[in-house]
This record gives sequence, structure tokens and C-alpha cells, in this order.
Amino acid sequence: MHELALMETVAAMAAEAAFRHGAQAVTGIRLRVGSLAGVEADALHFAAAVVLAEGVSAGAWLQIEVVPARAWCAPCARLFAVEPGAWGCPRCGVAGGELRQGRELELAALELRIDAGDAAGVHGTGDAP
Amino acid sequence: MAPEMRRRFAFVYGPVAMCLDCACGLVVQAPSAGRREVAIGQRLLQHNARLAHVNRQRFAAAGVVAVNLLSSPGSGKTALLESLAHQPTGPAAALVGDLATDHDARRLRQAGLAAVALTTGQACHLDAAMVARGLDALEAGGVPLASLALLLIENVGNLVCPAAYDLGEARRLVLLAVGEGEDKPLKYPALFQSADVVAISKLDLAAPADFQRERAIANIAAVAPQAVVVEFSARTGEGVASLLAQLAPLP
Repeated sequence: MHELALMETVAAMAAEAAFRHGAQAVTGIRLRVGSLAGVEADALHFAAAVVLAEGVSAGAWLQIEVVPARAWCAPCARLFAVEPGAWGCPRCGVAGGELRQGRELELAALELRIDAGDAAGVHGTGDAP
Repeated sequence: MAPEMRRRFAFVYGPVAMCLDCACGLVVQAPSAGRREVAIGQRLLQHNARLAHVNRQRFAAAGVVAVNLLSSPGSGKTALLESLAHQPTGPAAALVGDLATDHDARRLRQAGLAAVALTTGQACHLDAAMVARGLDALEAGGVPLASLALLLIENVGNLVCPAAYDLGEARRLVLLAVGEGEDKPLKYPALFQSADVVAISKLDLAAPADFQRERAIANIAAVAPQAVVVEFSARTGEGVASLLAQLAPLP
């Protein structure tokens, strides 16, 4: 239910990165979201429509990579996919294991628009704070 | 911005440029024209993670065990805290997350437990900053952290959102009330999976609720095999002592 606040964080991080790289606009945003991160990709897209309506990220595309939950089975020394209702190692049947991925909430990458000939002015221009 | 405010850069090596006009020390990558994908790799909750780390250091320095108490609304979080006032835990206090009132904190103070309300407004979870403010309020109210053995942080009643927010706690305690449905751990795996202790609450109502104990415990074990499972009733006091024994002291 806090997807709106998370997208506001994404927009702020994107604006800061755009400033650091001397970009005029953020044209794309790539997020990595674990299947156990407690947020819904659909709700993030919905929030993005609101949050990315203006500012340096206005109109940016949003791509969300859902990272499947995987846990480590120590006896078998292998990763296995964690599914709701089936949290055991499929090989040895031991329940659980140490969760190695699936809680990610990460700004993975940005696509930035950088206009030619503006390289000497990157620090002092733009909408950066 | 006026042109005279534009800073100039010297390209010192490769595509890296340094600002020449002030002592800002800013080093930037010289941008190439067009669209470019830049790897960022930053956690969205890194600010919360930093504040949680500060809280954790604060708890460690004070020698207090902090417990993040999570459940759906009405699972008996506040009743558990009330019963703490009558337990030989050593000095305990509570931070109580509540959307709109301080009813729970008042209820706890009446029971004899030092308590501070964290009124979250519409927020669906506590975060590390709210907890830090609560700690300040507790200490300002005459309860130094170092005087406590146990601090319970009652999260907002919600089985989804609080899972992602580290508060700096040493232990996560998730309640599952009898009558909530034995399959709740399967429906909300993210939260249960993060638990150190899962406590089955309202044990005195197990018979009227037709509680299927074996199924509930099997479901908890399937989702959260790392969690210690205890059963208690805040009303009768049964099991409360063994629950507390699982929370403190730290190993």
C-alpha cells in the first residue's frame, strides 16, 4: 500500500542521478522488485502515472523486473525456487532454507537523455536542487 | 540559470571531468550525446536501512532487546503488551504504532507499562525514522533506554507493508490468533518468512474457534522454518513467560 511513497523515492533518486550525469531528462526507469518485497508491480505502475507526470522524469517509461524468490538448501548446496505453499527444497524435501533473493526493492538503471554540446554546463544547469 | 553561473570542467582523464570554478570537488562523467542507460543499483529503502542501523546501534549501546511486533489488526498485540506489565521481564516499555489515536498507548500506561504512541496518520507501516522519534519521546518522558531490558515496538496492524521496513530490531515477533485461519502464513508468506518468533495468540479461544493446531504449525513451518513457534493467551497468562523467554536475552 506504500507504492506511491516508493515511486516518489524513485523519482527523487532519478532526479539526483540525472543531475550527477548531466542529463536533461530521465527517459526510462528500470526497477527490480522481489516477489516477497511486499509491493505490487501493478500498483507501482499506477503510482508512476501520477508521480512521473512532471519533473525531470516526466513521461519516462517504467520497466519492473520481478525477481523470483529463491532460497538456499544447505544439504543439497543448491538454490531452489520458493513458491507460496511450496517452501521446501524440491530435491530433498527439507522445508525452508535461507532466503537468498526475493526481497529486492532496487532502482536498477536509468535511461538518460544527454544533449550534445552541453558537457561543459552539467554542474550548474537543469532543475537539480 | 544565468550563463555566468555555469561551471566549467576540465577533462582530467578519459571521460571524467572535474569542476574548475569552485571548490566543490565535483567529478562528473562527461556525457555523450543521446540516450544512454546508466546502471544505478541503489536500494529504494536505503535511507530507512541507514536509520535502522542507527537505531540498532542505539539499542545495542543501551543493552535493550528491541522487538518488532507484527500481526493483522485485532490479533492481540496490545493485549500481549498489557500482560507484559505483570511479567518478570525486567523493565520493559513499548512504542505503539496506531493510525489515528493514542488509545493503545493509554491502555498500556493504565496497565503500568511505559508507552509512547507513534501516530502514523495514513501510513501502513512503521519506519526507522518514526521509531527514532519514539525513542526520543520515551527518553524525554523520563524513561532512558539504558534503564530497559526489553522494548516492544507494536507495528501497524498489517501483514503486507511492514515486512519490508527494518526498524533496527533484534527480533521479529509475528502473532497469529486462533480463528484467523490456519492458512494465514501461506497467504502472507513475506511477513511470516521474516519472523524470528511466531506466536499463536488467544489460545483460550482455541476450542470455540475450532483451531486446527497441527495445520497451523505445519503452515508456519512450511513458510518460516527458521521461526520458533510458541502459543500463549494474554487473557489467562498461559505461555506468556515462555514467549518472553524466546525474546530475551539475546544469544
